[in-house]
Amino acid sequence: MTTAPMKRKSVFNRPEKPYVHPYFGGMVLGIVLFLAHFLTGNGLGSSGATSRIDALIVDTVNPVHVDNNSYLLKMAGGDKNPLDDWIIPVFFGALLGGFSSGFFNGRLKFETTKGPRISNRMRWLMAFLGGVIFLYGARMARGCTSGQALTGGATLSAGSWVIMFSIFGGAYALAYFVRKLWN
Amino acid sequence: MAFPITSFSALLNNYFNVVIDPAQAATVDKIFLYSLFALSGFAFGYTLEMSGFGNSKKLAAQFYFTDLTVLKVMFTAIVTAMVLLFGTVGLGILDFSQVWVNPTYLASGIIGGLIMGVGFIVGGFCPTTSLASASTGKIDGMFFMFGGFVGAFLFGETERFFTNWYNNAGYYGRVTLDQVFGVPVGVVVLLVILMALFMFWGAEQLERIIGKKDLRGEPKLRIAGAGALFVLALAVVFIGTPSLEEKYSKLTFTRTETIPHPSGNADPIVNTITYSADEMLEKRLVQIAPAELFKTVYNQNINLIMLDVRPEAEYNLYHIKGALNVPLDKMPLIIPDLLTEPPANSVFVLMSNDEAAATDAWKQLVASSVPNVYILEGGLNNWIAFFGEDEDFQLAASAAEDQLDYSFPAALGSSYASCDPNPVDYEDLEFEARIKLELKRDKSGGGCG
Repeated sequence: MTTAPMKRKSVFNRPEKPYVHPYFGGMVLGIVLFLAHFLTGNGLGSSGATSRIDALIVDTVNPVHVDNNSYLLKMAGGDKNPLDDWIIPVFFGALLGGFSSGFFNGRLKFETTKGPRISNRMRWLMAFLGGVIFLYGARMARGCTSGQALTGGATLSAGSWVIMFSIFGGAYALAYFVRKLWN
Repeated sequence: MAFPITSFSALLNNYFNVVIDPAQAATVDKIFLYSLFALSGFAFGYTLEMSGFGNSKKLAAQFYFTDLTVLKVMFTAIVTAMVLLFGTVGLGILDFSQVWVNPTYLASGIIGGLIMGVGFIVGGFCPTTSLASASTGKIDGMFFMFGGFVGAFLFGETERFFTNWYNNAGYYGRVTLDQVFGVPVGVVVLLVILMALFMFWGAEQLERIIGKKDLRGEPKLRIAGAGALFVLALAVVFIGTPSLEEKYSKLTFTRTETIPHPSGNADPIVNTITYSADEMLEKRLVQIAPAELFKTVYNQNINLIMLDVRPEAEYNLYHIKGALNVPLDKMPLIIPDLLTEPPANSVFVLMSNDEAAATDAWKQLVASSVPNVYILEGGLNNWIAFFGEDEDFQLAASAAEDQLDYSFPAALGSSYASCDPNPVDYEDLEFEARIKLELKRDKSGGGCG
């Protein structure tokens, strides 16, 4: 039996590297987005996966409910597998990709990112609420910042550009009133 | 080689000489496609995290003008992808009609977008950035992610209260900015890039003034990058988009033919043959007999769309029940709608008095990448000859090319018996089946919706 040497750095305290330059990061992201379109005809996204995982849970707990709900029926009706969709591999790929970047750049750390004037608990509550609100809106708009703003933005979809400006508009309009959360 | 890749098994077959059993082809296609999706998702998550999007403080700073990383990364990504996309479309490498374009739903898009903005500033993330955050151990990212599951669930439970508004209000289908403004797509690409460069300049000024950031340390390379983008955009304007004739000449169709094994007792040999569009017409592989069209009407697995391309007056005289009248000159207007029909089981059948006008329409549709398009063999004249034997239609005095061979006393449209033959009378029909569903990937599965 072997034991790791005591001084070995754990995954969680590798030296932290700085973030890449925004224009460089954006260019790489743009090439990824282009290749996704070029090879598969689909762009990127993630919020659809959240719905589909929900649909799977509902279908497992109460399949009758799926049959009474036209929205869920499209994803999980009959013998349809709600996870059999392009967005699912993208979703889990993104989780793994984020983890890998955190691993190689020394940013794997249990912590809470927040403004200086609020407690951790407050931040968690707000993050949870924000998640509820964001995904509600994302399902209504049929896609989030990735599936609409990035993907539809690059293909010049008229609706996606409208959504992109609506997202920024909504956030800027409210930013002043919630400034205590962040500054 | 055509992009996007619609069938990996065909690609392996044509370029790498790997023969895949047709029965396995769908599975092979799916494994390849889903692996590609997983890879692009991986690269997506990786680039988001390395750009700092796992940190909610960095994301929220966008809305207080102190750090505009979000805007810079997002717009650099959009313009980079856009210029490459429309560059390859212009060069004829990428078929834009096979690329998913988010359909426009103005009302639900605007309201949903505003709600997302609220979620963004309250929660500090958007869905994908919360994945990058949660996967690197950020507890707030995890809370956002779980909140997301609740939000999406709530939407599924409440959608029924406004389903009509959600699905219809401000619906414009597949529409791109160049169509909205009526200018060539290259011009839109150039304008979007100019707008982005102006926004980058503005963002840097805001960071300097409000964020008190020293810009002297910024790399000079970014100026060169801006120049490169501008040059690429000019190239896209210059290249333009391929004409329908160019697209038509590049089309290929694959059909399989089964021939008995020479030794007589082994399994028959299945050959895959690639034809050009003109060869498909010459070999009469897309002209379907009236009997096959009639049987297809009653085929539950096929979403049949019959398009009568004659002038309205002739359509009013006589047409097959269920056929839609789209005169030849109106055809380009409906192509965007045809492209949004679920392609996997939609079959389009074109008809004119004989075949001339329908063949013209066929060329337009296939060049625009509409899948599963067929022509009624011999046109309406052949249909009437086949199904109208009991009706005493008068032969027209002198029928010219692509004119009706019959004369009708009144414009009864589809009220004649032969416009809607009784399926019981024609239960047994012999014909050589030509309809072969092209399994193009269902584009309606694209996007986040």
